Amino acid sequence: MSRTLTIEPVTRIEGHARITLQLGDGGEVEDAKFHLTQFRGFEKFCEGRPYREMPALTARTCGICPVSHLLASNKACDHLLSVSIPPTGEKLRRIMNLAQLVQSHALSFFHLSSPDLLLGWDADPASRNIFGVMRQDPALAKDGIRLRQIGQTIIEMLGGKKIHPTWVVPGGVNEPLSQEKRDAMLALLPEGLEIAKRTYAFFKALVPKFQDEANHFGNQPTMFLSLVTPQGNLEHYDGLFRLKDAQGRILEDMVPPEDYERLIGEAVEDFSYMKFPYYKPHGYPQGIYRVGPLARLNNANTCGTPYADVALAEFHMLQESGPIASSFHYHYARLVEIIFGLEMMERLLKDPTILDHRVRARARSNRYEGIGVSEAPRGTLIHHYRIDDEGLITWVNLIIATGHNNLAMNQAIRQVADAYVDGNDLKEGMLNRVEAVIRCFDPCLSCASHAFGQMPLHIELRDRSGQLVDTLSRS
Amino acid sequence: MPLPATQPNVRVVTLKIDDLDLSAREDETLIEVCRENKIPIPSLCHLDGLSVWGGCRLCVVELEGQNRLLAACSTRVAEGMRVHTNTERLQRYRRTLIELLFAERNHICSVCVSNGHCELQWLAQKCGVDHVRVPYRQQPYPVDSSHEMFRLDHNRCVLCTRCVRVCDEIEGAHTWDVMGRGSDCRVITDLARPWGESDTCTSCGKCVQVCPTGALVKQGTSVGEMVKDQHFLPILARRRHAR
Repeated sequence: MSRTLTIEPVTRIEGHARITLQLGDGGEVEDAKFHLTQFRGFEKFCEGRPYREMPALTARTCGICPVSHLLASNKACDHLLSVSIPPTGEKLRRIMNLAQLVQSHALSFFHLSSPDLLLGWDADPASRNIFGVMRQDPALAKDGIRLRQIGQTIIEMLGGKKIHPTWVVPGGVNEPLSQEKRDAMLALLPEGLEIAKRTYAFFKALVPKFQDEANHFGNQPTMFLSLVTPQGNLEHYDGLFRLKDAQGRILEDMVPPEDYERLIGEAVEDFSYMKFPYYKPHGYPQGIYRVGPLARLNNANTCGTPYADVALAEFHMLQESGPIASSFHYHYARLVEIIFGLEMMERLLKDPTILDHRVRARARSNRYEGIGVSEAPRGTLIHHYRIDDEGLITWVNLIIATGHNNLAMNQAIRQVADAYVDGNDLKEGMLNRVEAVIRCFDPCLSCASHAFGQMPLHIELRDRSGQLVDTLSRS
Repeated sequence: MPLPATQPNVRVVTLKIDDLDLSAREDETLIEVCRENKIPIPSLCHLDGLSVWGGCRLCVVELEGQNRLLAACSTRVAEGMRVHTNTERLQRYRRTLIELLFAERNHICSVCVSNGHCELQWLAQKCGVDHVRVPYRQQPYPVDSSHEMFRLDHNRCVLCTRCVRVCDEIEGAHTWDVMGRGSDCRVITDLARPWGESDTCTSCGKCVQVCPTGALVKQGTSVGEMVKDQHFLPILARRRHAR
């Protein structure tokens, strides 16, 4: 008898989602779907607003990664102004972006995913959380909280507040950096780097224990999309598109962000409010690709900082050849990027021009269309606006980092469900693995749609006629 | 409705405001006496240097012997008056008035260019508006961004008419006026033509500086960057009256 298994809501992710597993007569998984259940409508209600409001408006998409939206939106506005922002303004923006990368990755690894990695997939859900980690390994939990605090503190020092700062403005930033703040930030970084290196070593030793998960957690051949520097290195703020296929061949390289529409199409499915971006030349759904830390490291030639480059070399050794395919290794990539973020922030803060007072270019809108692309912690973020003669928004398109991974996430939960879920003998640990693969991608569903609190996990098994066969609840 | 100009020889009256024994010139209004004596009294439409409008009703006070609340900006002092400016009843009324202003239009402080420098926001904080108890109308209002230097966002207008009065009484251009009724009421330039096409606007920017909210702002400002300076107004007003 065919049945549907529902996991709702998916926990320890940012946002609100549901997973359904369609089981066949023998209890095997026939289909798996990842549903985004809320709709927000930012693209519509921004219409009619002055373009200068867009950075603050779109930053409200999310409380975890508002800096990413702030930067992508301001870059779209820079494009509307047709200005090159002063070099110091750009460096300061980069520092804020890296600080956000560090805090967001720390949140994902320590607060959301480490309970699975440390306590096990089958541990009691009541303790399988950051508090359980605190009991099991207080030093690790403390490291995670401190690392996130360091990232958040740097954002606050630069922008005045940790969440939704307004310091980044079209044309640059609205206040230069003071020497006191620069010194205070520099003082934080060595401790952050120590934590990052310690955690990296801890996880590197742990990875071999998760070989089975690495084999089944979204271990799929897809393309990888990210920004890279003109030299092909790791990039988070600016740069050009690079797209590699599953074998590591470069399909697109040095594509200007303004040409994103040539590369990316957006499909819509009736089971989710999240769109399904795909690589246009391959069509839908064959044009499946992944973004985020895994894609960035797969695409980059080097990181460009000493420790991160060593870690990148070790990352490539996770697989014999080609781009790292398993989505489980998003965790690994995140730790490499934390190291990179801290090292790069230190380099930028030690730059002699970082205290320069020329940090903002002023202009009026000089074109009708602006596109801003940056790398958010979860992947490539695209803001695209059109304005009228008076500078009022007439059209908005946002392609959110999490959205790029939508096709891949759907494939990944199918793969995990095939490997672990037995419909005849439903166990909580099986379903946690299905959730955990989603956590590998660290989706930000508040960005892709909506966040509205946390609810207990409730799973229902129903037969084709809708009759309740079995339930599993987590409150 | 401007009050008559100050007379050279006026009597002094004595009155009691919040248990303070005070004296004042008989041509003064209650709000003027309160401000002279550092008695806080909220207001959105009143501004030193402009005529009295009495529209926002936030400066209402209680007068002993009267059940009716009076606007302090349009009430002259009188001998023996006993006035209360901060009773529980007044606090309740003021809070409700501010909530109604927030509910009527779309004042989203977090994305407003006047965030942190807005009189409405400041008053809401002072009056303890931690949430709005009436349903938001959520009616979208247009934005007029046609002017080269300034922008008008009707979503953030509280219809205090400071812009109308400063343009008429200080600048002498009378570019601004008010049209419509009820929730359709809005400030207009030159018989409701776009501001950028106004023949009478001198682009002096006085209206922008006196606007208490983010309704009238400078072009090119981002969130929280619009800081207004109203120091010019009493100086200009005194010079005009001296003539």
